[in-house]
Amino acid sequence: MTNTFEPTIIGFTCNWCSYRAADMAGTARMKYAPNVKLIRLMCSGRLDPTFVLRAFSSGADGVMITGCHPGECHYIEQNYKALRRFLLLRRVLVGLGIEAGRVKLVWASAAEGAKFASETTTFVEEIRKLGPLNWGRKDKDEGGGMNDEAEDKNSSFIIHNSSFEKEVPA
Amino acid sequence: MTAKPKFAMYWAASCGGCEIAVLNIHEKILDVDANFDVVFWPVAMDAKYKDVEAMEDGSILLTLFNGGIRNDENEHIAKLLRRKSQILVAFGSCASGGCIPGLANLSPADEIVQTAFNTLTTDNPNGVYPRVSVNMPEGELHIPKIFPVLRPLDQVVDVDYYMPGCPPESHQIAAVVDLVIKVVMGEAQLPPKGTTIGAGDSTVCDECTRARNVKFIKEFTRIQDVAPVDPNLCLLEQGIPCNGPATRSGCNARCPSAGAQCIGCYGPAEGVMDYGARLITAFASVIDAKEPEEIERILDGIPDPVGQMYRFNLAGSLLRANKDAWKAR
Amino acid sequence: MTQRISIDPITRLEGHGKIEIFLDDNGNVSNSYFQIPELRGFERFVVGRPIEEMPLITNRICGVCPEAHHMAAAKAADAAYHVDPPRTAKMLRELLYMGFYCTDHTTHFYALGGPDFVMGPDAPVAERNILGVIHKVGLEIGGKVIQMRKYGHTVVEMIGGRKVHPCTAIPGGITKGITAEQRKEIEEMGRWAIDFALFSLKIFNDIVLGNKQYVDLVLGDVYTHRTYYMGMVDENNKTNFYDGKVRVVDPNGKEFVKYAPNDYAEHIAEHVEPWTYLKFPYLKKVGWKGFTDGEDSGVYMATPLSRVNAADGMATPRAQEEYERFYSTLGGRPVHQRLATHWARLVELLYAAERWVELVTDPEITSPNIHTKPTEKPTEGIGIVEAPRGTLTHHYWTDERGVVTKANLIVGTTNNYAPIQMSTNKAARSLIKDGKVTEGLLNMVEMAFRAYDPCFGCATHSLPGQMPLQVTIRDKDGNLVDVLKQFC
Ligand code: SF4
Ligand code: SF4
Ligand code: SF4
Ligand code: FES
Repeated sequence: MTNTFEPTIIGFTCNWCSYRAADMAGTARMKYAPNVKLIRLMCSGRLDPTFVLRAFSSGADGVMITGCHPGECHYIEQNYKALRRFLLLRRVLVGLGIEAGRVKLVWASAAEGAKFASETTTFVEEIRKLGPLNWGRKDKDEGGGMNDEAEDKNSSFIIHNSSFEKEVPA
Repeated sequence: MTAKPKFAMYWAASCGGCEIAVLNIHEKILDVDANFDVVFWPVAMDAKYKDVEAMEDGSILLTLFNGGIRNDENEHIAKLLRRKSQILVAFGSCASGGCIPGLANLSPADEIVQTAFNTLTTDNPNGVYPRVSVNMPEGELHIPKIFPVLRPLDQVVDVDYYMPGCPPESHQIAAVVDLVIKVVMGEAQLPPKGTTIGAGDSTVCDECTRARNVKFIKEFTRIQDVAPVDPNLCLLEQGIPCNGPATRSGCNARCPSAGAQCIGCYGPAEGVMDYGARLITAFASVIDAKEPEEIERILDGIPDPVGQMYRFNLAGSLLRANKDAWKAR
Repeated sequence: MTQRISIDPITRLEGHGKIEIFLDDNGNVSNSYFQIPELRGFERFVVGRPIEEMPLITNRICGVCPEAHHMAAAKAADAAYHVDPPRTAKMLRELLYMGFYCTDHTTHFYALGGPDFVMGPDAPVAERNILGVIHKVGLEIGGKVIQMRKYGHTVVEMIGGRKVHPCTAIPGGITKGITAEQRKEIEEMGRWAIDFALFSLKIFNDIVLGNKQYVDLVLGDVYTHRTYYMGMVDENNKTNFYDGKVRVVDPNGKEFVKYAPNDYAEHIAEHVEPWTYLKFPYLKKVGWKGFTDGEDSGVYMATPLSRVNAADGMATPRAQEEYERFYSTLGGRPVHQRLATHWARLVELLYAAERWVELVTDPEITSPNIHTKPTEKPTEGIGIVEAPRGTLTHHYWTDERGVVTKANLIVGTTNNYAPIQMSTNKAARSLIKDGKVTEGLLNMVEMAFRAYDPCFGCATHSLPGQMPLQVTIRDKDGNLVDVLKQFC
């Protein structure tokens, strides 16, 4: 079953650099794994750890966060903030038994389409090795089954599998 | 005289502290008694469980439910009381978000049982474990079945209001009692369903009188290693991981005023979907470093990241449990 | 024909402990089982948490005695760090603890155990409660009980930061001292507490000891078990709740062992039964011989009665007087009659109040020196205090960062699990004969519980004595024969 496993990956990109890198990779028809569903943020500093947890709880197998290179953030220092959050979040995820490799932070400038493509492909392969996370709901399970109502009642941020991208305002 | 509205209070997997907190409202208890017909409250009166079952659905006006859902028995009563009650309040942090007992969700249930029955002093050479049903020479005996993960009340039944705190502060309980009485008298309106009651809508930091100088820190440290702790300065700025920034107000910042860090018992502040995520953001924002190595070194000062971020909220968080516990369902 | 009787303290499905009694062919009791329905697994999930959080996490085991867990865990954390808190810090912790003890013993005596005596065991159920006591003794008593409880809570809150689940004890000391004004206030409350304790003893004296029927009841055989007794003592073998060594006396009152907290595992072991989530502690060197009493059975008891039995006396003068009166009235040490526990509890109440004043009048109590910073690497630590419901042991192993790697908790009430099971059995045997269940059964079983201070708070989360009882009698096919109900 793992042979056919196609990881679902959510990618959070910064509007100014990494999103453009992704865009460029796309327009230049560079080959990269199609498993990543991109969600565009105005800046990596907008990355609320909630988004990552939400992605995992909704069924993502991996989460990739991208932003401008250190020193090049359009909002000055916000990507350092993203870095600090990321490093702490990763520790918490490990505490929850989620492999550290399921989250990844990549710096990519607008010009680095190739880098974006290759990092993405590597990440997909890494996640493929880790196998499915499969956190999503298992209805009606004793002592763990998610109650639909409770599940969705404060869903200000839901990732739909079909959405290629979703914009989250900074 | 028309019949008084009916009141109930119940403990599921609870430590009893929530009940003590209600008893600690002293004379206000008399108001409860004067304005309500207390139909079910095991701690304070005869537990007419059968009578509850016999009641018409929806005939209890207000039920305060404390404790999490750890076994099939807890779940059974939760469903029963939901049916019988018009207003069901998840009372205390266990019922609202899992609380400390929810940390059990970091391990699969069988590991929990195995640990408990293999401690240093347990004499268990034959590996005896409690069983849901066991045949003794005289007949069969039953004990409740432990669920794979502990759940807060709203993961089992629909909840009308949340009242956090471990336990909720007595003055807050008194205020809620006052409010409900006013509603019964037609002098006030109930807040919208799903509201958190008996607490503030900002953070513990907002109620805390310690001075904040918007300082950044070069290291996290632990309260026993700070000597002496500055009595007036924000603990987080002294490097002590204080959960105030993510925690809902309502206790008057009790712990920081007593020289101890807020450990987060009031749960997520208003509008926060995931407590741990908010606290990660808050802690990350005081760290004074840009290099990954330096940041990692500072983070080493938090010895138990998952426990720190989810001490009172794991069961109510987005992920709810550790992977192994979650998969063992 | 086999019959089954189940006594559900709060009815079958609501848990918090239930008793199943099986009858043999002749309708006599063949066996009974007191089952504990819940397990929360603290020993597992404290692993991975920093040791300084143990006083904050483990107090959530029980909201009735969180102070006891807070203290035992703090002492274990001190030990793990090899740090000795300053004298003032230890005194403050103990002072907080005395406030708690006074509140707790008061609640138990007046609201739970006492009514049986003050009103008499034959009084109608409706009168055997705190309101009945107020009626009989006078209105002012109710006010005094509330006052005592309030004062105790005030001390807990002043020193512990919170009323329920205190937060101030940390490895090496405490986070908060008291001011001169607070000291004065606490002293006044403590002096009042001493008067209150003396007043309570007088009530016991007048009403119980002055009535032969009650004295006979106390001394009767139904509630008697010859077991070992456990309690913490100071260097003079006087009772101490906060610190000392654990002393165990045999059923003849002779010292069997006196161990330092660090050696507890050599002396205590826990037996497992598959029909309950709670373990049965026993004396390892005597061995587990089942639910029997006597010198050959490792079953021991840890309650106010066992603490006075295990001690040579009380460390404060007036409590010592009462201790002496207790034994001269009841015929010497040890006393095996479980119902004498209520009296012993009042002797302890007086001790706690006297100790409260002793501590708060110590010139160093307001010293700002309340914390010693640990300097050594943490390893392993054991902390023991006397919880009102029995010796409480916390044991943690840590890694070099002070993160818990393993834990062992032997919780107060658990100590008495085997004796309670035995008392239940005995009460049932003496009251169920030839298939006939006397009405008195309920009350007698209930009294047997109460003598132990039936707080299964730690284990089952019921509050002290709040045990409405229901006996359901079924024939062997499970058909309902009779239901007897009694609510306290
Ligand atoms: S919320 Fe706190 S006080 Fe209430 S039952 Fe849970 S642990 Fe006890
Ligand atoms: S972080 Fe803690 S100490 Fe600082 S202001 Fe907030 S609550 Fe107070
Ligand atoms: S300061 Fe934090 S831990 Fe303390 S009572 Fe308030 S919310 Fe709870
Ligand atoms: S704008 Fe790209 S990371 Fe901030």
